[in-house]
Amino acid sequence: MFKIVAKEKLSDVIYRTVVEAPKIARKRKAGQFVVVKIDEQGERIPLTISDADPEAGTISIVFQTVGYTTKQLSTLKVGDHILDIAGPMGHPTPVKNYGTVVSIGGGLGTALGRPITEALYKAGNHVIAIISARNKSLVMFEEEMRKISHELLIATDDGSAGFKGFPTQLLQKLIDEGRKIDLVVCVGPVPLMAAVSKVTKPYGLKTIVSLNPIMVDATGMCGACRVTVGGVTRFGCVDGPEFDGHQVDYDELMKRLKTYTEREQEMNQRFASQFQEVKR
Amino acid sequence: MKDPTVCEEGHNLKQQKTPRQRMPEQDHHQRIKNFSEVPQGYTPELARLEASRCLQCKKPLCRSGCPVGIDIPAFIKLIAEGDYAGSARKLKEHNSLPAVCGRVCPQEDQCEKVCIVAKKFTSVAVGNLERFAADYERTNGAISIPELPEPSGYKVAVVGSGPAGLSAAGELVKKGHEVVIFEALHKAGGVLVYGIPEFRLPKAIVESEIEYLKKLGVKIELNSVIGKMETVDELLGNGFDAVFVATGAGLPLFMGIPGENFCGVYSANEYLTRVNLMKAYDNGHVTPILKKKRIAVIGGGNVAMDAARTALRMGTEEVYIVYRRSRTEMPARIEEVKHGEEEGLRFHLLTNPVRILGDEKGWVKALECTKMELGEPDASGRRRPVPVPNSEFLLDVDCVIIAIGTSAHPLIPMTTPGVKVNPRGNIIADEKNGQTTQEGVFAGGDIVTGAATVILAMGAGKQAAQAIDEYVRKKRPALNRAGSGLAHTSARR
Ligand SMILES: Cc1cc2nc3c(=O)[nH]c(=O)nc-3n(C[C@H](O)[C@H](O)[C@H](O)COP(=O)(O)OP(=O)(O)OC[C@H]3O[C@@H](n4cnc5c(N)ncnc54)[C@H](O)[C@@H]3O)c2cc1C
Ligand SMILES: Cc1cc2nc3c(=O)[nH]c(=O)nc-3n(C[C@H](O)[C@H](O)[C@H](O)COP(=O)(O)OP(=O)(O)OC[C@H]3O[C@@H](n4cnc5c(N)ncnc54)[C@H](O)[C@@H]3O)c2cc1C
Ligand code: SF4
Ligand code: SF4
Ligand code: FES
Repeated sequence: MFKIVAKEKLSDVIYRTVVEAPKIARKRKAGQFVVVKIDEQGERIPLTISDADPEAGTISIVFQTVGYTTKQLSTLKVGDHILDIAGPMGHPTPVKNYGTVVSIGGGLGTALGRPITEALYKAGNHVIAIISARNKSLVMFEEEMRKISHELLIATDDGSAGFKGFPTQLLQKLIDEGRKIDLVVCVGPVPLMAAVSKVTKPYGLKTIVSLNPIMVDATGMCGACRVTVGGVTRFGCVDGPEFDGHQVDYDELMKRLKTYTEREQEMNQRFASQFQEVKR
Repeated sequence: MKDPTVCEEGHNLKQQKTPRQRMPEQDHHQRIKNFSEVPQGYTPELARLEASRCLQCKKPLCRSGCPVGIDIPAFIKLIAEGDYAGSARKLKEHNSLPAVCGRVCPQEDQCEKVCIVAKKFTSVAVGNLERFAADYERTNGAISIPELPEPSGYKVAVVGSGPAGLSAAGELVKKGHEVVIFEALHKAGGVLVYGIPEFRLPKAIVESEIEYLKKLGVKIELNSVIGKMETVDELLGNGFDAVFVATGAGLPLFMGIPGENFCGVYSANEYLTRVNLMKAYDNGHVTPILKKKRIAVIGGGNVAMDAARTALRMGTEEVYIVYRRSRTEMPARIEEVKHGEEEGLRFHLLTNPVRILGDEKGWVKALECTKMELGEPDASGRRRPVPVPNSEFLLDVDCVIIAIGTSAHPLIPMTTPGVKVNPRGNIIADEKNGQTTQEGVFAGGDIVTGAATVILAMGAGKQAAQAIDEYVRKKRPALNRAGSGLAHTSARR
C-alpha cells in the first residue's frame, strides 16, 4: 500500500500526486517510470516519475485524466492509498554534458520531460526549453521550466502566449539561425515526437524521444509494449522508454495505441455512472 | 519363458480387475462457458478404489520417474487406509506443492510412465491421487504447521515467487532462516498465477500455498523488481547472507515474420496475463482484452493449449492451433490436447505461418501459412518439418496469439556482474546445488534450465535451499548455534 501525501490540481485535466514510495524514491533516475495499480480490480498503468524526494521517501506523478484509470486516480485524496506501485522501470536517460540541448515538451509532456531536462541542466548543458500548448491558459510548468533552462521559448497555436505556431517551427528557426545544437529531447504526444524527429533528421541532429506504448507488466514479460525501432521490434518497457527518434515507426505506434478504443469508451461511461453514484 | 503378466517382484498383474478410475469432468459444452476447473477431483470412494490398484512395489519404479522422488507407494497406501491427511503430510515430505503438481505435472511422462501396472494395464493414477490427498488436506482445514526451529539468525533473499522461489523459501524457513521473497508483479506465484489458467489450476490453490508459507514466517515483498529497485549485490550488502535467483524464463519470443506488430497480435504471455493475472474475463476488472471471432494460436505446447482454450472461454467462435510438425511431436500434454479437442479447438498441423496480413488501420485480417511435411530427424530427434512447395494458403483470422516459447529474462544477469550466463542467456549454476559464478548467489528453475516444468523448478529450489543452508552456516559459523535449524518435524499440533 502506498499512501498519498499530497495532491494538487494543475488544470481541468491534469493532477500532481505525491506518494510514499521510499525505495523507488531513493533509486529512480530521470527518464524512469512506475507502474500503478490502484486497487484489486485495477489495471496496471505506466506513469513517469516526475520528481522524487529521497529524504522524505516520496515520488510524484503528474497525470492527465484521459480514461478510466487516470480518472479514478484523480478521485483519490490525501491519506488514501494506492494498492500497487512498482518501479523504477525503464532505462534512465543517458545524462552527460552534450553541449547545447533543446528540450521540447508538448502539453503534459512538458511535465513528464521535466526530470530529464533538469538532469541535463545539472550536467552542465546549455538548455533551451520549448514548451507548447493550444492557448495561453494551457501553458503549464512555465516557472518550473524556467528554473532549469537557460532560454525558455513558448509556442501556442493561437499566439495568445509566445510564438504563434508549433514548437517544431521554433526548433526549425533555431536551426536556421545556425545555433549549434548537440541534442534534442522531445516528450509529448506521438505526432509531436514524430514531427520533431522529422525536422531534425535531415541535419543528423541526435534526437531522443520517450515513447508511451500500451503496457501490462512493464517487466519485459508480455510484449504488449512492442515498438519498431530501426526496423527491429523492441520492448518499450525494458529497452526504452527512450529511443532514437529517427528510428521509430511512429505510424505503427499510433495504430497500436488505438487497440482498445472500444473498451476505453465503455469504461469511460462506466466511470461517469460510478462517479455520479459517489456524488449522490 | 518369463510370464509377461507377472512382474519382477512377483505381482500377478492379471489380478488387476479394477480399471483406472477416471476423474469426473465438467461437461465440455458447459465448461467452455466458464473458467471453473475441468477435472473435478476424486470422491473419497474413487480415491480409495484407485489407491487399491497400486501394488505397493518394494522397489517402486514410479518413484524413480518423479523428479523429486516422492514416496509414492507410501502416500497411496495412506489413501487406501483412509488416512487422507496423513497421506498429504507424506507427500509434503518431498513436495511442498502437491495440490499444484497433482494437477499440472506431466505425469504420463514421469511417475505414471514407469509405473509397473502400466506394463499390462493403464498406470496407477498417481497425479490424481496426489491431487486428492492435497485437496482433502486443504479443504478440511487439516493443514499442519510444522514445528519450526529456533531462528538461526541468517537472512536469505529469494528473487521471484514462482515454484522455484516458493519451494526454496519454504525449505529455508523450515531451517530457521529469515526469508524474504521479492516479486516483481503485484501477485505471488509466477507462472502459476499469470500463466496457467484458472480452469487448469484454480488460483485459490496457489493462494492457499502462499498463505501457508506466510504462516511459516516467509515475508513476501510484492512490486519489487530486483535489478531496478535494488540489485542482487545491494541485497547482499544490506544484510542478506545469500540470494536465490528464481526469476523464470518469462521473455516471450516472437517469430520475426512480417505483420507481427499489427493490432490483434498477442504473445501467449500477454493474452494469458490479461486474462489470468489481470482477470480480464471478469467485466468488473478494468484491464481490457480483445474479443475476436477467429483466433489462430501458433505453437504446439502447453502454453499454446492454454491460450487456445482460454480463447474459447472468452467466447471466440473459431480457435485454430497452427503447428508446424505433426500431432506426435506436439509437446503439449496429451490430456490438454484431448480436452482442447473436445472443447472444439481446430488443428492445422504441419502448417507453418509465414506472414500476418493486416488492413490499412493496422488490424490483423489473415494469417498466411505454408503446408509442411516431415523430413529427416533433426538435433532434437524429431523429424524436421520442411515446406511443401506452392502450398501457401490464407487462414481467415482476426487475431493471432504467438506461443512459440520464452527465453530467460536478462534483468538479473545485466545488473549482477558476477553472475554469468550461457549463450542462450540462462544463468550458469551448478546442477546439484544452484551455485552461480558469484559467491552467495544461487539460482534455479527456468532461469537456469530454460522453460521446463513446475516440478523441476521446485526440485531446483529445494536443492538450492539445502546448499544455501550449508553456505550461510559455513560463512558465519559464529551464529551457528548447535543443533538449531536442522531438526524439524512435521508433527501436527
Ligand atoms: C513509459 C510511459 C510513461 C507514461 N507517463 C505518463 C505520465 O506521467 N502521465 C500521464 O498522464 N500519462 C503517462 N503515460 C500514459 C498513461 O500510461 C496512459 O495515459 C494511461 O495508461 C491511460 O489509462 P486510462 O485508463 O486512464 O485511459 P484509457 O482509457 O486506457 O486510454 C485513454 C487513452 O490513452 C491511451 N493509452 C491507453 N493505455 C495507454 C498506455 N499504457 N500507455 C500510453 N497510452 C495509453 C489510449 O490510446 C487512449 O487514447 C505514460 C505511458 C508510458 C508508456
Ligand atoms: C502458460 C504456461 C503453462 C504451463 N503449463 C505447465 C504444466 O502444465 N506443467 C508444468 O509442469 N509446467 C508448465 N509450465 C511451465 C512452468 O510453469 C514453469 O516451468 C515454472 O513455472 C518455472 O518456475 P520458476 O519458479 O523457475 O519461474 P516462474 O514461474 O516463471 O516465476 C518467476 C517469477 O519471478 C518473477 N521475476 C522475474 N524477474 C524478476 C525480478 N527481476 N525481480 C523480482 N521478481 C522477478 C516473475 O515475475 C515471476 O513471478 C507452463 C508454463 C506456462 C507459461
Ligand atoms: S510430483 Fe509429479 S512426477 Fe512426482 S509423483 Fe507427483 S505427479 Fe508424479
Ligand atoms: S504406483 Fe505403480 S510402480 Fe508405484 S508402487 Fe504403485 S504399482 Fe508400483
Ligand atoms: S509491458 Fe509487458 S513486456 Fe513491456
